[in-house]
This record gives sequence, C-alpha cells and structure tokens, in this order.
Amino acid sequence: MTDRTTETTPLTAEAVESALTGYLTEKIKTGIKADDDIFASGLVSSMFAMQLVVHLESTYDLAIIGPELKLDNFRTARAMAALVLRLTEDGVAADA
Amino acid sequence: MSTDPSDHRLAVVGGGVMGTNIAALAIGHGVPVVLVDVSEELLAQAEETIAFKLRHAQLMGRLPADRTPAKLLTSLSTADTADATTVIEAVTEIADTKAEVIGEVSRIVRPGTLLISNTSCIPIDELASAAARAEELVGVHFMNPAYMITMVEVIRGPRTSDATMTAVNHLLETLGRTGLVVNDAPGFVINQLLHPLINSAARLVQDGVAPVEVVDGLLEGCLGHATGPLRTADLIGLDNLVDSLNVLYERTGDTACRPCDHLLDLVDAGKFGRKTGEGFYDYRKLAS
Repeated sequence: MTDRTTETTPLTAEAVESALTGYLTEKIKTGIKADDDIFASGLVSSMFAMQLVVHLESTYDLAIIGPELKLDNFRTARAMAALVLRLTEDGVAADA
Repeated sequence: MSTDPSDHRLAVVGGGVMGTNIAALAIGHGVPVVLVDVSEELLAQAEETIAFKLRHAQLMGRLPADRTPAKLLTSLSTADTADATTVIEAVTEIADTKAEVIGEVSRIVRPGTLLISNTSCIPIDELASAAARAEELVGVHFMNPAYMITMVEVIRGPRTSDATMTAVNHLLETLGRTGLVVNDAPGFVINQLLHPLINSAARLVQDGVAPVEVVDGLLEGCLGHATGPLRTADLIGLDNLVDSLNVLYERTGDTACRPCDHLLDLVDAGKFGRKTGEGFYDYRKLAS
C-alpha cells in the first residue's frame, strides 16, 4: 500500500519544487526559494546533502547513482526537481 | 610499495567511525580493504556505513574519477590481515586495547608490512613496544571524515624506520592525502591543542557562562574557526573524546585535560554526538 499520488498523477516540476522548498524551509528553519543555493549560502553542511539524497530516493522511489550523484544536482530545489523528473518515468517537465 | 593502487592491500582493524572512514577512503581510491571487527552485527553495520560514506564522497566530488572502487571484504579474524601490505588499527582509544591489536597483527603479517595506528592521542612509541617490529609502526591521525579532509597528521615515533616513513608516504599519496610529520608526544600536535579547548568549551557551557551555540558562534564568527569546538566534539564522538582526554590527562597531568562533568554526563546518557543523533547538538532536528 502507498499514499503516493504519483501512482496516478504525473509529477510536475512545480509540484516537486514546491514540496522541496517546503521540506528545506522546515529543515533549515529559514525561508527557501526554488533557486536558492543552499550550499553556497552556508546554511547546511555536506552531511545534509546526503540527507537530501536519501529524502529524494525514499520520497520519489528513485536510485540516484552514477554521474547523477553530484552536488550540483542538490544545490537548489529547482535542480532537485529536475533530477527527480529525469529519473522518474512518469514525470512531466515544467516546459513540456 | 608504490603509488599504484593495485600494489596495495589494506587491512583495517575496527569498524567504528574512523575505521569505516578509512575503509571508504581506500575503496574509493581503488585500494581493496579487509575490515576486521569482533561481531557479524558490527561488520554488517560497518558495511552499510562504508557504502553510505562512499556515496557521500562521490556526491562531494572527493573520489578520483579514473579509479574503479575496490572490493571490501569483512572478517571476524585478524588472521585475515596476513596478506595485507598495510594494516591500520582503528580500535577504541584505549592504550591496552590498541597495544593488544598491534601486537597480534604484527605477529601475523609479513616483516616489512606497514603498520599504522590511527590513535588520536596515545604516543606511538608506547604502542610500538607491543609490536613484533617496533620500527614498522607509524601513527597516522586521519581526520573525520577521512575521505573529505585531505590533510593528515603523521606521527613518527623514535623507533619508526626510514623505510616505514617511505611506505607511509606512498600509501598516503595513493589515497590522495597529504601528511605533515610530527614527533611523538601525547596528543601529538592537533589533540594536545584541540582536546583541552573542547573540554574548556564544555566547561563554559556547564558553568552557565554561555550556551552551546554561543560558544561555537564566537569561535566561528570572531576567530574564524570553520567549525566550533562543540560541533567538532560531536563529530569526533564524545565517547572517543573522553577516552582521549583521559589518555592526555594520565600522561601529561594537565588538569585542562581532565574530562569535565558535563562531557561525562552526556556520555553517561549515551549522547555521543553525530553518531548517536545527539550530543551537544540534536542532529535529529537540525539540517546540518
């Protein structure tokens, strides 16, 4: 059993971005916009990057491996949303 | 030995924080590792941790792109260190425990095998007395996380040979690390400076002079420390820190190294820092 709505509704960049900005804002306790670079701002440590990897994998049922496992994919909510869409077969890009 | 990863076979004894750090560093640099610990449960946990740390290292761009990660084997027996070109002991920071491991493996491996202690405080010459060949032991104080921090403190004991120093330089170069060599002393350079600082910082919190965040904030913001002493302590592991402070206090008599009550209370409560999710900070809630 699962509560993932993605079983029937394609993911959109906006929906993933929104979910991720909410997640980041809650974790970092600072308002985060979709294109804020959370590492450049010094708000989080490199360990938190791994928390983000695990969060995306468990939330969106992904395996982030090989060349996709790089920090640039996790710098912003927008970059993470793009990664999720690339790795999710039923994803629909914002400009599609 | 050379700087070609295929010439190296590493055995790591102890699968805790530093043992898994060193194993991940080596595997990620193409050097195969045999990890030895005392129970299947600990080895299974260490394997998971090493896989996680390898991913972290890759994520942060800290692994050489031109090398295939090497294999990890695990074992319950130090006899499986026999074929290693280097053995690194990374067991609990208790002198008798480390000496026992060094004595045991030094009698299993071939003469000429590089023996490294990852001790953070115990004088190398004290440990060398337990080894079959004292001249083959050298200290390498890897930082945590070892796969992220390229500088290491290399401790040359009074009996460490030139051949051992050459061998350790080759290994460190293979692992992409840079060593700065120091002479033997309790705590060497880093921890003779750092540990009393952390203990003093904990005592300031204990005495109500300032809360944890303020102590760290002042050293970070005013003195330019990248990480404050209490956050550093959580990364080291407070249990390990107390063991190291005891080593320093017993050998130097410096009261600044006698673990303060606040530190001891945290350890008694099982709050060891990052590895248990809570220490001076609560990592179950923080995004850092």
